[in-house]
Amino acid sequence: MKQHEKEQLLQIVKSSEKDIQADISITHGRRSFLRNTVAMAGSAGMLGASALANAQSDVLPIPESNKTMGNQLKFESYGVPSKYESNVKRRRSDILVNKQQYSDWSMTPIQSTPGIVTPNGLFYERHHNGFPDIDPDHHKLVVHGMVAKPLVLTMNDIVRYPTVTKFYFMECSGNGLTDWLTAKSKTVQQTHGLLSCAQWTGVPVSWILDEAGIDPKATWLIAEGADASGHFRSIPIDKMLDDALLVYAMNGEMLRPENGYPLRLLLPGWEGNVSIKWLRRIKAGTEPWHARGETARYTDPMPGGKWRKFSFVMEAKSVITNPSGGMQIQPGFNEIRGYAWSGNGKINAVDVSVDGGKNWQTAELEEPVIDKCLTRFKFNWKWQGGPAQIVSRCVDSTGYVQPTVADIQKVRAITGFVQHHNGLFPWNVSSNGEVTNGIG
Amino acid sequence: MVSVKQIGFGLGLLSTALFLACTASADTTNPKNTSGAAFGKPISEQALVLWNIDIRTQDGKGLPPGSGNAVVGEKIYNEKCLSCHGADAKGGAMYGTMVGGIGSFKTNTRVLTPGSMYPYAPILFDYVRRAMPLTAPQSLTNDEVYALSAYILNLNGLVDKTAVMNSTSLVAVQMPNKDGFYVDDRPDTQAVRCMTHCK
Repeated sequence: MKQHEKEQLLQIVKSSEKDIQADISITHGRRSFLRNTVAMAGSAGMLGASALANAQSDVLPIPESNKTMGNQLKFESYGVPSKYESNVKRRRSDILVNKQQYSDWSMTPIQSTPGIVTPNGLFYERHHNGFPDIDPDHHKLVVHGMVAKPLVLTMNDIVRYPTVTKFYFMECSGNGLTDWLTAKSKTVQQTHGLLSCAQWTGVPVSWILDEAGIDPKATWLIAEGADASGHFRSIPIDKMLDDALLVYAMNGEMLRPENGYPLRLLLPGWEGNVSIKWLRRIKAGTEPWHARGETARYTDPMPGGKWRKFSFVMEAKSVITNPSGGMQIQPGFNEIRGYAWSGNGKINAVDVSVDGGKNWQTAELEEPVIDKCLTRFKFNWKWQGGPAQIVSRCVDSTGYVQPTVADIQKVRAITGFVQHHNGLFPWNVSSNGEVTNGIG
Repeated sequence: MVSVKQIGFGLGLLSTALFLACTASADTTNPKNTSGAAFGKPISEQALVLWNIDIRTQDGKGLPPGSGNAVVGEKIYNEKCLSCHGADAKGGAMYGTMVGGIGSFKTNTRVLTPGSMYPYAPILFDYVRRAMPLTAPQSLTNDEVYALSAYILNLNGLVDKTAVMNSTSLVAVQMPNKDGFYVDDRPDTQAVRCMTHCK
């Protein structure tokens, strides 16, 4: 081993010790990523005989936890994360701060959610007038309008049907709207955190429509919530008959109040706000209703002063979550990790560039790869220490390639609160390893 | 899959991509109900009278009886809306302006208000009745909602101050953005999967 390599290794081992002594979290935030990379680089170095010469010689003390009784079990409990993970929280945007917290949103810390499932307490929120906590014994769903037999169902009725359980992502149409053309948000939580994924359990909407005797002439339905905004959207019947679910559970427990307890609609792959929470009513008709929430809001500015409406699908998109804004990396091995997803199908491939999009290499997709679900990609990167720009790009099962922002700008108007940002998103890595928003 | 056949692409990768394309399908389609389970109970439309509040805004289907004009609406507004929306609906403690913006959509700063954005005036009635005031939704009478709709339309220069809004006159109000929308026509981007020497 050359002298400079020895010195480098020694430095790595030293800083690794420092981290261990500092007893910092292993899974979150800027320092954790540094420690992960350090630990990996360190263990790789240990394989060499010359590395042993530099081995730590201080005797490791017996950990306190080996010598002290643990916490007593409680007779009843609902577990919470370690206190050392207390900074892993949903957060609001620092860039677009609403004047109130009722029609507002919170974002998932996707840099701190390994795997593809978002814990229920971290699932992003978007409410239009706060969230109720509805007594399931008093909740009712009605199905009426162009049906032969209007129906009412209680929650006890709904949970009696055979279950359908599926993994689906959910993304707000506004995800990324603060960072189209200039770098504003600091972390991936605030650039891409209106994104979550869960295993959902419920009943197909089509079963209930069949039971009510849906009129063959019905082409659109509304779904309406029991919240204080009475949020509702018009939905084409084809979607309702295909994969729409009446959902009452997510990730092994009943829905959280923030996510629609006791009942919500789930329209896989579509912008989150159409998956109506606290669902109280479905009504069948022959035309869309053109509600405020599908004209004045949730429409897309287009060239010539026009607006695109009923743009439901969340098109294929990917983002690197680790390393990402606010983190710091060390030279040598770094696993680039991220999410890819498509509202039009499965993810077929993800490519990663470490030179700002000039050259690309194909990343590994981690199983399971599921239709309309978050997919994990991983890419082994040896960072040489110079400035770099890292970015991911996905291809879905329709052949659609994730566009650049410039590609999108050619065909849409990027002005105001622009929805449906599925453009490539770069992170800059400075020569000292700091990772920052690379837009613009 | 045309786009994956682009340049700079190894054989192994190409075959993987094609394999995945062949296996891709609409996995998400729900199964049929073969169980015979059917637990809904019949309910009459009459029983739903308090829930059935949606307005089909392009033709006003569902608008209830009642009426009001901007003179009355201004008084209700100042009492129940002003604290959040500000004087003359020009923006306040909780929300931005609800006046102006007509003609702004062809500029770089689109100003979204009911006047500039709503394609159909009954959207005002539907939204105000179900969602406003934020602190007491569904507390306004139909007459109050018609009057408030008239007031916001009047502030935007779309109806006279004394014009009475009801289930027919509200539908007849011509909104500037009536023809401003078209239905989703994506995919609209044409990205190519370039692998080397891109840009």
